[in-house]
Amino acid sequence: MDKEQDIILNEITGNEYKYGFVTDIETESIPKGLSEDVVRLISEKKGEPAFMLEYRLKAYRKWLTLTMPTWAHLKIPEINYQDIIFYSVPKQGAKYQSMDEVDPILKETFNKLGIPLEEQLHLAGVAVDAVMDSVSVKTTFKETLAELGIIFCSMNEAIKEHPNLLQKYLGSVVPYGDNFFAALNAAVFSDGSFVYIPKGVRCPMELSTYFRINAANTGQFERTLIIADEESYVSYLEGCTAPMRDENQLHAAVVEIVVMENAEVKYSTVQNWYPGDKNGKGGIFNFVTKRGICKGDNAKLSWTQVETGSAITWKYPSCILKGNNSAAEFYSVAVTNNYQQADTGTKMIHLGKNTKSRIVSKGISAGKSNNSYRGLVKISKKAENARNYSQCDSLLLGDQCGSHTFPYIDVQNTKAVVEHEATTSKIGEDQIFYCNQRGISTEDAVGLIVNGYVKEVLNKLPMEFAVEAQKLLQISLEGSVG
Amino acid sequence: MLQIKNLHASINSKEILKGLSLEINEGEVHAIMGPNGSGKSTLAAVLAGREIFEVTQGEVIYYGKNLFEMKPEDRARAGIFLGFQYPIEIPGVSMVNFMRAAVNEQRKYKGLTPLSSSDFLKLMREKKELVEIDSKLTNRSVNEGFSGGEKKKNEIFQMAMLEPKLAILDETDSGLDIDALRIVANGVNKLKRKDNASIVITHYQRLLDYIVPDFVHVLYKGRIVKSAGKELAFELEEKGYDWIKKEIGEE
Repeated sequence: MDKEQDIILNEITGNEYKYGFVTDIETESIPKGLSEDVVRLISEKKGEPAFMLEYRLKAYRKWLTLTMPTWAHLKIPEINYQDIIFYSVPKQGAKYQSMDEVDPILKETFNKLGIPLEEQLHLAGVAVDAVMDSVSVKTTFKETLAELGIIFCSMNEAIKEHPNLLQKYLGSVVPYGDNFFAALNAAVFSDGSFVYIPKGVRCPMELSTYFRINAANTGQFERTLIIADEESYVSYLEGCTAPMRDENQLHAAVVEIVVMENAEVKYSTVQNWYPGDKNGKGGIFNFVTKRGICKGDNAKLSWTQVETGSAITWKYPSCILKGNNSAAEFYSVAVTNNYQQADTGTKMIHLGKNTKSRIVSKGISAGKSNNSYRGLVKISKKAENARNYSQCDSLLLGDQCGSHTFPYIDVQNTKAVVEHEATTSKIGEDQIFYCNQRGISTEDAVGLIVNGYVKEVLNKLPMEFAVEAQKLLQISLEGSVG
Repeated sequence: MLQIKNLHASINSKEILKGLSLEINEGEVHAIMGPNGSGKSTLAAVLAGREIFEVTQGEVIYYGKNLFEMKPEDRARAGIFLGFQYPIEIPGVSMVNFMRAAVNEQRKYKGLTPLSSSDFLKLMREKKELVEIDSKLTNRSVNEGFSGGEKKKNEIFQMAMLEPKLAILDETDSGLDIDALRIVANGVNKLKRKDNASIVITHYQRLLDYIVPDFVHVLYKGRIVKSAGKELAFELEEKGYDWIKKEIGEE
């Protein structure tokens, strides 16, 4: 019986990442390695004001004193930081002249994910101007947003155009000395996004479509800063279900979110970077620091993440609940297959009174992968009536993968209520056979079961993205579906 | 529709079915009875295509096709339905999504287009009424947290939705109280048509008070040792299985 099960599971989980392909885009880069000179060079190439260079140098000096964290349940090969190119900008120019030249397998993947043609062109690197006027689309977005006083631009642009906001908020949630990877990012970050929503403004659109169009060119060390002023609202979406073309192995991004009184921020992300091949060779190392602060009373922050890519994921989108009555949520789906490793979760730091947090984490492990949830719920002395609810579920496909849960709970106020629930389940051969017997194929059965399992999280994603994410999960786990 | 010829099947090299033959035609209801361990559930599992059983000899022809060349899902799409003795729980998958996938797979197999949402929900309502299943059950995840009786009723509901050509009910009566038994049996009777057939596997005669079989077969040690009309069931109830053992020259 075990043997039969193994065969089925091998069929289901033995698929390879179908989107890996080599890019031959011309890039502008600097020599390998990291030094003060390199940091200065990066800042100079970007034409940054003096305060940024200073910030970067402080971060670099701090980084030299730090060591890579080793507490995660991950086996990380040694990384030689002097062997990495820390600045690389793809030169503008198209890879293909039309969609006909694009790899048919990639096109099929796009279609399977249901990505609109216009975005497919961008993602595949087709010369878009020949097909459509993308500039005008972007301009329309920008105009709508500008009328409301919303600032939505690249980090580089923000540094030059809005230095006051930058100086006030950059590093205010994730200080440059926060951890090894945050310090590295602060020293060498290449670009990223900046969002400012003024007082009382509800951002009228998901800040997603625009971003996705630009997503293909985001760098290795991204930095994102989102500020939602009093009574404002924004839903922000980062990443892409579509395959990311990227040959950089090390990624260390930082995301900071500031939520003021009565404001609300929803941050959703889908990560589908190259996970390495079937035998665990290659793949992206993704070391990300994401943190938000509910600074004012009644502020609300919601993180939703779907993680299917990368060889190694080290990521804990967190929230500091400072304002009274503020609330935070963390909804996560993390899928690991083959030799992927993920150590991901959240930190909820309750400082204000009547603060509430909710954690729903769904891990799915297949192949020979390892998937860990690591979460901290901290209730400080002053956090009267704070409440947390955590639910951590693991789903296993096969008996060669690992799933681990590391919940840390630190409660210093006796009026707090903290609940934690955890389950582990396995897709059984009997469940699959039951589906088969009703006419549902094994692959569709796995899809049905997995999507049922993650429904609660996917429901939190913006509608059109949820549909794509659902398909992505199926593709990530199924055998080579035709 | 179905011809089973000299079927041998084993699990972990242990032979369970040892030369079983049976023919089933449209419009017939066959009851298969027998003591524990005689191979009743193995027969059901082998017909449905459970791969843990190895077919070592014999053949099964279903509407002229070699059944063993069909994948389990294709057998289901072609109209073979197994009512499970122990229905499986699938947490997180709603009955609606599960049934919609099943119904549409069957339609695809027949070359029909998928049902629209409204048509599908209408069909569900009709069938729920037909088999007297509580609406609450179909709003939940597949069998999750269902009582034993609810799970069995849910099997009959699925059978009503899929309208099989050949329904194999594996001890559907076990663990049911008399009301649930009546509901299950009524469901089966209402679904009976001239062009379909059922195999009712049961340990007790009780179910056959409600479902009247055309044939009763006694399965013993992997073979059918006696076949007769419905009166055989009463005889078994009265005399027990020892009588059969004596008749075939054992003990």
